[in-house]
Amino acid sequence: MNIVLRLAWRNLWRHARRTWLTIGAMVFSNTLLVFMISFQFSMYGLMIDNTLQVFSGHMQVQAPGYKDDQKMRQVVLDVQPLADRLRGELDSETIAARGWAFGLASSEERSYGIGIYGVEPEFEGNVSNIPGLIKDGQYLGKSDAMEIVIGGMLARNLRVGVGDELTLLGSGLDGSFAAAVVTIVGVFESGVKEIDRNIAEMPLGAFQEVFYMEGAGHQVVILASTLDDAPMVQQRVASMVPEGLVVHDWTALQPGLKQAIQADMSSAFFMYGILVILVAFSVLNTQLMSVLERTHEFGVVMALGMRPGRLGRLIMLETAMMGLIGLLLGAVAGALLTYWFSVNGLSYPGMEEMVANFNLPGRVYPQVSLLKTLFGPAVVFLFTLLAAAYPALRLRRLHPVEAMRTI
Amino acid sequence: MRMLPVLIRLAWRYLWRNHRRTIVMLSAISIGAWAMIFMTALTRGMVDQMITDGISVLPGHVQLHNPEYLDDPSITNRVSLTDADLATRYADAGFEAWASRVRVPAVITSERESRGVTLLGIDPMAERDFSFVDYDQVDGRFLESPDDTGVVIGAKLADTLDTEVGKRIVLMSQDPDNEIADRGFRVVGLFHANMETYEDTYAFIGKKTAQKMLRIGDTTTEVVFFGDDYRNVEPTYEKVAAAVDDSMRVSRWTEVDTYLGTMLSVMDGFMLIWVIVIFLALSFGLVNTLVMAVFERVREIGLMLALGMKPASILGQIIIESMMLLAVGLLIGDALAWLTVKPLESGIDISVVAKGMEMFGASSVLYPKLHMDDVILSNVVVLILGFLASLSPAWRASRYEPVEAITKV
Repeated sequence: MNIVLRLAWRNLWRHARRTWLTIGAMVFSNTLLVFMISFQFSMYGLMIDNTLQVFSGHMQVQAPGYKDDQKMRQVVLDVQPLADRLRGELDSETIAARGWAFGLASSEERSYGIGIYGVEPEFEGNVSNIPGLIKDGQYLGKSDAMEIVIGGMLARNLRVGVGDELTLLGSGLDGSFAAAVVTIVGVFESGVKEIDRNIAEMPLGAFQEVFYMEGAGHQVVILASTLDDAPMVQQRVASMVPEGLVVHDWTALQPGLKQAIQADMSSAFFMYGILVILVAFSVLNTQLMSVLERTHEFGVVMALGMRPGRLGRLIMLETAMMGLIGLLLGAVAGALLTYWFSVNGLSYPGMEEMVANFNLPGRVYPQVSLLKTLFGPAVVFLFTLLAAAYPALRLRRLHPVEAMRTI
Repeated sequence: MRMLPVLIRLAWRYLWRNHRRTIVMLSAISIGAWAMIFMTALTRGMVDQMITDGISVLPGHVQLHNPEYLDDPSITNRVSLTDADLATRYADAGFEAWASRVRVPAVITSERESRGVTLLGIDPMAERDFSFVDYDQVDGRFLESPDDTGVVIGAKLADTLDTEVGKRIVLMSQDPDNEIADRGFRVVGLFHANMETYEDTYAFIGKKTAQKMLRIGDTTTEVVFFGDDYRNVEPTYEKVAAAVDDSMRVSRWTEVDTYLGTMLSVMDGFMLIWVIVIFLALSFGLVNTLVMAVFERVREIGLMLALGMKPASILGQIIIESMMLLAVGLLIGDALAWLTVKPLESGIDISVVAKGMEMFGASSVLYPKLHMDDVILSNVVVLILGFLASLSPAWRASRYEPVEAITKV
């Protein structure tokens, strides 16, 4: 072993308790950072996936302005042929056309205003999880059948069930009066109040007939194979859609989602930053002490010809060793903790009410990944070295004779 | 006890013997204390605002409903007491404010579009103080009396409906016999709210007008009550509950909006955890400093013991040293927190993430709030835990064998 390395290692254990306490501070913060970061990003992943899978998909083709106003006349013309063409050219099944209209749904006893989606029954299941959430009856079949599926809470409020008829009233694309009688074939339960209370789906063909859409719709929903692929797919889609239409990605479709993540992330990183700074102070303190108490010794070796730069490197080396031990122990402990929760799941009181707002399950299983495990500890390591720079640089001002005089 | 002034002086001088170490540790403690209080003030401000906003929309600390209404908000599930009846029961009960209102789902239709809204039939004067709408900030005018024949909708909804002040819209709902009840209204005002969803969701009309349109005589669907503090709604709850029998359901706001209710306790828990985490991160440095402080004066300690100082005094001296360090650090941290929070109390604009905050149920301006309770809590927690952490090094210091300690190099 190199002599400087050996020296550094031995110096480190001169005050074993002090070294362990400093390492302890690192391990504590590292463990916490690894776990918190893994947990946090798992939550974000779930939030994004669960929210996008309900309706919005990774991107949508729409008329300009539709995203904000959802006006009936902001249409995508010949929506189904467009979806067909995109499916062909992208060789993907996870693309579906939709129309949307607001209407009054009346049963024998009750009337409620709801949002009615016209969907392609054979493709909707590929872009949305609603078709898979049918609890009663079945999902839509043929594209022109006068059928409808509605949310569970809406069904209870309207006092209807599978097989009953609903009267829909609304206005068509041209502003004329639109009315139809449809049969409820299925009831879905998404668990999200807003959706279960306000949403119904019917086949696109029938929808276009009822609302005089003349082949038009309001959106083509596209789900890429993963979230990371989405920007690439979006570029291709943008080059294929006719003039006058726009492609919005999920951050534009669900601005709240991205911002909620940003807001949460900034407060989380503020807290992480504080933790890291506190560890850095701990290290600064230790290294400052260890330099000060060796002043005499340093004076001797300098008088014997050791250069201050080399002494400084010695201090940095000691710190780096200490930091590495902290990094390894912390990363391992954090990964183990995260792993334990990835098997057993994590839940805290009040979480269920909180997460229902974000389409999350009541129990979260954070995933262990190398990047998330190493990110926090690496930053701590960096700051550790930074903190040791001050004591190391002080050595340059050390005068051998004066130093030897100090006891 | 006679020793105490001496010990304090000793501890203070020891603290400054190695001033660099003390300054580093003080900085760490100050930053930690600042972070605790600053973060707490931010979350406290956010939660307070969320709850105040939330309660103004619900509205009320306590609500009275037909037991069926919360699950099935239909006009058939009305409060069975008439307005006159309610007035005899509650007019003199001494609430901050109370009002009965009609709240039903409805469809609003302009020449171009229709949307679903929550129709609120209100007595505008009774709700002025707690409404989430600022009557003076309305474009056009707000409703003036329960008989007002106009409608006030959100600015956002007006955009979607392509309508404006002065134009006509149709509101459609159902009466208790399931007949369609509809009526044309002139839009008299557009309100602005600090959350976009509110502007999309609510349409206000006069209470009497609503009762006529829905053919429900002088009954309503909900009665809302305000006490003086949202944290303590029990007195209000009891007063409301005492005046009605079981056929009515009385609920606290925490029951009506469980999300908001949970937020309050989750945030309290979160703050305590945050304080403890920071302390733990600090504690390593604190113990380390004490261990070093003891180590470098083993000989002195031995000498003092040999001269007859009691081990208890040594123990006390180290603990006093640690407490002084913490107290000074906390003081600086508190002052820093006060200095940073005060100028921000007029509000931090975070509208870049407005939609995201809306998902949390918070508005886009953050008003940090320095609660004395929170400051005291974090300081006390740190002092208590700091005391416990310094016990071990202090104990060791007091257990030295004098002769051994003196001869130690």
